[in-house]
Amino acid sequence: MATEIVLISLLKILVVVLTILTCVVFLVYIERRVSAFVQNRVGPNRTGPYGLLQTVADVVKLLMKEDIVPRNAYKAIHDLAPIISIGVALSTFAVIPIGDTIELFGRQIKLIIADVNVGILYILAITSLGVYGITLAGWSSNNKYSLLGGLRSSAQLISYELSMGLSIVGVLMVSGTLQLDKIVQHQTTYLFGWLPAWNMFLQPIGFITFVTAAFAETNRLPFDLPEAEPELVGGYHTEYTGLKFGLFFLAEYANMITASAVITTLFLGGWHLPYVEYVGLSSFILSLVYVGTFCVKVAAVMMFFIIIRWTLPRFRYDQLMNLGWKLMLPITIINVLLTGIVLLILH
Amino acid sequence: MNVETIFFYLLGAVFVGSALMMVTRRNPVIAALYLILNFFCLAGIYLTLHAQFIAVIQILVYAGAIMVLFVFVIMLLNLSDERRLSEAISFKKIVAGGLSVALLLELLYIFVYRKTDLPTLNAERSIEIGTVESIGRHLFTKFLFPFEVTSILLLAAIVGAVVLAKRRLD
Amino acid sequence: MLEHYLPIFMMILGGVLFGIVMVKLNEWLGPRRPTEEKLTTYESGMEPVRTARERFSVKFYMVAVLFILFDIEVVFMYPWAVAFRELGIIGFVSMTVFILILLIGLFYVWRKGALEWD
Repeated sequence: MATEIVLISLLKILVVVLTILTCVVFLVYIERRVSAFVQNRVGPNRTGPYGLLQTVADVVKLLMKEDIVPRNAYKAIHDLAPIISIGVALSTFAVIPIGDTIELFGRQIKLIIADVNVGILYILAITSLGVYGITLAGWSSNNKYSLLGGLRSSAQLISYELSMGLSIVGVLMVSGTLQLDKIVQHQTTYLFGWLPAWNMFLQPIGFITFVTAAFAETNRLPFDLPEAEPELVGGYHTEYTGLKFGLFFLAEYANMITASAVITTLFLGGWHLPYVEYVGLSSFILSLVYVGTFCVKVAAVMMFFIIIRWTLPRFRYDQLMNLGWKLMLPITIINVLLTGIVLLILH
Repeated sequence: MNVETIFFYLLGAVFVGSALMMVTRRNPVIAALYLILNFFCLAGIYLTLHAQFIAVIQILVYAGAIMVLFVFVIMLLNLSDERRLSEAISFKKIVAGGLSVALLLELLYIFVYRKTDLPTLNAERSIEIGTVESIGRHLFTKFLFPFEVTSILLLAAIVGAVVLAKRRLD
Repeated sequence: MLEHYLPIFMMILGGVLFGIVMVKLNEWLGPRRPTEEKLTTYESGMEPVRTARERFSVKFYMVAVLFILFDIEVVFMYPWAVAFRELGIIGFVSMTVFILILLIGLFYVWRKGALEWD
């Protein structure tokens, strides 16, 4: 029994991790093509058909590069920092439901790696550890730019973690559980008989604040101050070369995929495709449709991330902190109280 | 031996090991990292007791928030070496040592002579108790007053932090 | 119950192992030709002056302290939110009091200028 659980989850983990890694490769390619499109350039188009293999070539290049550790750096921590970053980025996906159950080889398999009672809190807890990757990278490099980038970034991450944590409280009040699978189940119903009960409609303020916080947590523009090239060279990864730099890069994109998946699960109905249960598909096909829906929704959110990055300018640091503490924090607290009042009136 | 016992001993070994490493490291940043590993194992041990919510909060608050402050302070004070700290605090070491020995003796006394007084873990019930739902139910009915007092405590801490840092901020 | 968490442990271990393997693979595959210039700290072409590990602004410390305090507040809200329907109006009032007391804290910090960055 125990070995069966271990084997099945090992298989799930392998599939999920490989999918994330493949997605990152194409995500980087898409990002570069979109940025080229926005800036009226051509973008990578030589390596493979339409330049599709560009990122693969980049990874191979990074792998063959020299791993330079500056003389004044602290070698052990310098090595550890990217490992923390990528470990955190990959392991957050464990509690996200990718689909409903699917019947394979005569047994019901839940399309989620670990369906635990504390679901969403696990994601917040693990993301909160991501700060160490960046802080330690900045500190161990013994470079003033790195240290400044690392510090700024950690202050940014912890400030927005608060608003992120607060903005989901409303969702939890509506659905009454922390389990992500149940939160999705809760969104499969319909409001007024036709509107899908997505939390995006039930919790509009929570949705907007969560997406904003997610941008800040993934260090994406307009919140990419840790790297702010004109001021800080490369920020916390100035002193990183080769695949150690690649791991930070990979972690950033993996975080973006996870953030999109969490947004989809919490606010956009997860794997559920509205009205599809009325079509009368067989249960196996239906499971596949759900997985497909989840992928499409996540891809759409990621596309939104990319387009925002190439549209908006970067915040100044004081603006960023002001937005986090003086606007997002009060708004999310008010949202919690408002949700409470509305729920009390309805029941 | 069932899975939980194996888990407990594995985590316990790493727990004790990381605690020892934390105390013996000269570099405070490394020591802080071992403390984070230690908190991780503690979260795992909470899980073997079915305390799911406490386990995840252990990581969220201790490993993810309080240790960030520790690392910041270590970096802020530039304590690249422990020696700077150790000069003035020899008498504190004696007090700390004395307290640790007292705690150890106390625990030994309980485990050796008063073992029957210890509450036992009822597996069925404890799974139900450790969930967020049941914690919410108890915290906001039976323990409502301590909960409200916590907010005063937090407020005092906020004011204290500002007062302490204020001289520097101006 | 523990078997629900087993996959999570495996996932964390897997993620960390992936990182270690990649770092080691790079060390093994990449060349190793250290030179004096290559190993100096990169500061936009200037000769590095002193170490980077200096004291830094107390504001970062301030943010970290405030983060812990408000994070604890948020942690109390999760069990409350999940049990909200059962707790009803009494639960709502008690949480409102809790939030208001902490809002006083936020207001105090704000007025004292601890949230200002220049």
